[in-house]
Amino acid sequence: MTIRNGLPEVAVVAFAQTAHVRAADDLSEVEMLLPVLREVLERTGLSAGAVDFTCSGSCDYLAGRAFSFTMALDGVGAWPPISESHVEADGAWALHEAWVKLLTGRAETALVYAYGKSSAGDLPAVLTRQLDPYYLAPLWPDSVSLAALQTRALLDAGGTDERELAGIAARSRNAAEANPYAQLTGSPSADALLESDHLVGPLRLHDVPPVSDGAAALVLAAGDTARRLCGTGRRPAWIRGMDHRIEAHSLGVRDLTDSPSTRLAAERAGLFDPQAPPPDVAELHTPFTAQEVVLRKALRLGPGTAVNPSGGPLAANPVMAAGLIRIGEAAERVACGEARRAVAHATSGPCLQHNLVAVLESDAAADGPGSHGAEEERG
Amino acid sequence: MNAAPAHGTLSAPLVVEFPFTRSLGPVQSAFLTGLRERTVLGVRTADGRTLVPPAEYDPDTAAELRDLVEVGRTGTVTTWAWNSAPRRGQPLRHPFAWALVRLDGADTALLHALDVPGGPAQVRTGMRVRIRWAEERSGAITDIACFEPAADAADDSTRPAARPHSGAFADPVHGIVAEARLDYTYTPGRAQTRYLEALARHRTLGERCPGCRKVYVPPRGACPTCGVPTAEQVEVGPAGTVTTFCVVNIKAKGLDIEVPYVYAHIALDGAGLALHGRIAGIPYDQVRMGLRVEPVWTEGGRHPDHYRPTGEPDAAPETYQELL
Repeated sequence: MTIRNGLPEVAVVAFAQTAHVRAADDLSEVEMLLPVLREVLERTGLSAGAVDFTCSGSCDYLAGRAFSFTMALDGVGAWPPISESHVEADGAWALHEAWVKLLTGRAETALVYAYGKSSAGDLPAVLTRQLDPYYLAPLWPDSVSLAALQTRALLDAGGTDERELAGIAARSRNAAEANPYAQLTGSPSADALLESDHLVGPLRLHDVPPVSDGAAALVLAAGDTARRLCGTGRRPAWIRGMDHRIEAHSLGVRDLTDSPSTRLAAERAGLFDPQAPPPDVAELHTPFTAQEVVLRKALRLGPGTAVNPSGGPLAANPVMAAGLIRIGEAAERVACGEARRAVAHATSGPCLQHNLVAVLESDAAADGPGSHGAEEERG
Repeated sequence: MNAAPAHGTLSAPLVVEFPFTRSLGPVQSAFLTGLRERTVLGVRTADGRTLVPPAEYDPDTAAELRDLVEVGRTGTVTTWAWNSAPRRGQPLRHPFAWALVRLDGADTALLHALDVPGGPAQVRTGMRVRIRWAEERSGAITDIACFEPAADAADDSTRPAARPHSGAFADPVHGIVAEARLDYTYTPGRAQTRYLEALARHRTLGERCPGCRKVYVPPRGACPTCGVPTAEQVEVGPAGTVTTFCVVNIKAKGLDIEVPYVYAHIALDGAGLALHGRIAGIPYDQVRMGLRVEPVWTEGGRHPDHYRPTGEPDAAPETYQELL
């Protein structure tokens, strides 16, 4: 096994996602999830029983079904009993748990999946239920309105302008034309977008993500197992570092124009390592356009980094899977050789409250002159 | 249930209501009781900041906070958003601005609605606003009806500073009831739609796993053992065997069935697992494992009302012991 700093090296070796849609109302959650589970298992040649650890992320409130994650386990094949865990959060946090499990050496392979069927409910209203129940939830402030407050704060501070935001929307949805899984593809020009009325001012419709139903799954593996499972012609996307940090819940105590939790998570994940080249690709969990501006600054991304080449959450936003998809998309760029170094970000809570950053690299990056830290090979 | 025409799958409205009763910490209790008395309290941190709304613990250091102060009822908008289509439960029914407002004497901002009849053109960051109190107040954040524009143009130097407050009020509130209702459209998916539609025609449809060959009733689209889709439909029953049962002696709310009655697991002929149903047409104390039963349908019913004995000899234990 490859050991680095005394810990096994862990890579994403397969990733699959559904074609995201406004309403998958002919499918149950497990019916929506099954195809992506089958896809990653078939590509790695693993069966459910052969995976050492399974971890999922979802939220019962989205579709209003209590313990829906236990029903989703029907799609995994959990008998004889498997080693399994679930987070009531985006699947990116399930991935973090699985990654830690592999780092401990107690597992060599892990299946991670996430799904969200937001179409069953009224998503902006559902998301109010994650807010402080004393001071915020009784007012039912919807997710779009809270993002609008953040956007106004950034506009007032001179951190962006409405034209830049329209440009982010247009770039994202045009990029999504090359993504067969995206829900919204193609966009009028930024100038044309700015002619539309405000939805929740200062937000216009283009600043807001679609409501999406969708699922995603990926397989993590350690060391030589990762090299074996990733398939010919594809590279393991090694997770060089991953960290997540949270800020205060109350919006009024935070500086909404900055994301110190993202910056700290990125630092701890090794993104700012002075020996390493800047990332070729960044997949950012930015449901709202202004959040890309905040995150670019926090992650110190320059013009050499392609941001959200998949189209990002503005092109498809299956809540609870959208963060995991960022990691999967970044890993895909590394796997196919398009990127040597990529950064993926996932968020949770209102206005970028909680942020996770993962740095992924190909073998080539680690072995090349940009390599950081000694790597020792052990049987 | 109504058929959803676009996909041919069933759908039904589903309402989830969850009124949480929540207790308050001492700071929250003082703050919400204060609102009832038209007094706004903040809490002072060790580094001298005044948090409004107040927290029980310092968001930076986690230190316990108990140093209450009274702040102004007028403040300054730090950011805002125009909500042209208010949703159920939000503070105002007509279009309004959401605003973060830093009250005079506070260092942090409070989220609430801002009522500006003139529309978004009359709202700006930095504008002065004051609290409009709700007529009936109970000790909740909604005791503030909303903010409204304030005429005062005083600069920061003349605004009142926070002043110490004991936080003591007569008859303090110690809890809130947080009402919540979410509306959903439930869709059962393909496998359960097929099952429910067949059931309405008095037929029971299971699905066979291509791997282990087990027939699932009701089907959910996947074999939970093998983790593969179950696509092959298999009609099972109508008769079946009681595998195990219980005698119900407690009358369920809203259920017009005399107690005691028997509720049983029934393995329909051809099914790989038992479903459950009520047994009637036989005294409750004569129901037994192995009893052969068949479904009884009522006029227009979409599922069997109950099961009754077929009169066949009991099934041998070895025919159903794997299904217990």
